Amino acid sequence: MLEVSIYRYNPEVDAEPYMQDFTLDTQGKDIMVLDVLEKLKAEDPTLTFRRSCREGVCGSDGVNISGKNGLACITPLSAAVKNNKLVIRPLPGLPVIRDLVIDMSQFYAQYEKIQPYLINNTPAPAIERLQSPEERAKLDGLYECILCACCSTACPSFWWNPDKFIGPAGLLQAYRFLADSRDTATEERLAKLDDPFSVFRCHGIMNCVQVCPKGLNPTKAIGHIRNMLLTSAT
Amino acid sequence: MVTTVTNLGRSGLSDWLMQRLSAAVMTAYLLFILGYFFINPSPNYEQWVSLHSALPMRLFSLLTILSIAAHAWIGIWCVLTDYVTVRLIGPKATAIRLFFQLITIAITLFYTIWAIDILWGI
Repeated sequence: MLEVSIYRYNPEVDAEPYMQDFTLDTQGKDIMVLDVLEKLKAEDPTLTFRRSCREGVCGSDGVNISGKNGLACITPLSAAVKNNKLVIRPLPGLPVIRDLVIDMSQFYAQYEKIQPYLINNTPAPAIERLQSPEERAKLDGLYECILCACCSTACPSFWWNPDKFIGPAGLLQAYRFLADSRDTATEERLAKLDDPFSVFRCHGIMNCVQVCPKGLNPTKAIGHIRNMLLTSAT
Repeated sequence: MVTTVTNLGRSGLSDWLMQRLSAAVMTAYLLFILGYFFINPSPNYEQWVSLHSALPMRLFSLLTILSIAAHAWIGIWCVLTDYVTVRLIGPKATAIRLFFQLITIAITLFYTIWAIDILWGI
């Protein structure tokens, strides 16, 4: 029998959060953490969590699994269970709405700051703005981000200053548009990042790289942004 | 863009660059002093004075002291703006943070001026 400990908090009923213990017979199968949550929800319908695609594409079910942020749907029990115990908490650092559901407003506010869309005021060509295969290749490792917030909520700099530090997810996306050959707002984008918080609160501890369920490297992207700032300002 | 007025260089890039350059200067100074002790493990008073009264050495020591001051200020400023914030400890945080920033400036200035006095007093 698998022991599962889950963070529970319903602000309408509970004075403060608590950990609730469950036991579950997994019949020895190496199922995903999301399957465990679904089975427990069948027993206790008040258990609340986000989920959608159940295949690591939508980014809805980011939770803290036995101390490490990840997507419940693509994390097998074999990678998450320690001493026959599975501990599931909400992603840390953002306000909890209920149980494993967090308020991601601050995360999206930082994403919005970096203007996550192509800016190009030159007349549009008849069909589309073309890129060479080399220019397109620069976006690999950047465009795959699904904004699950596992990285930003694993980052102490984001915990302490979620209103000022853009965070690894936002910065990965910032570089995705800085690196895009079709975007013409590079200087304006860089000017908005050159303060002591937006980019430079990253101290390169690489928690983001360790937890990214898509295997992306925000620290490397942040390094590229620093280099671009250095090149344009010196 | 986040506006700040108490960081060293007013821009994130300049603080970051200063942090790296000052670290390089401190490393060079440390290696030089370690090298000096490696070549001359127990210098007598005259040798020590002669080393530190040469102008290039005084300038190197001064550069290192200024690097320590800048490095310390940037580092402490980062720590204070991480942990001594309204978000973490409530509305008194701004006053407490400013107090510690002033203390840091006072200590840094005190040591820098004292070090210059020692260097040029040899």
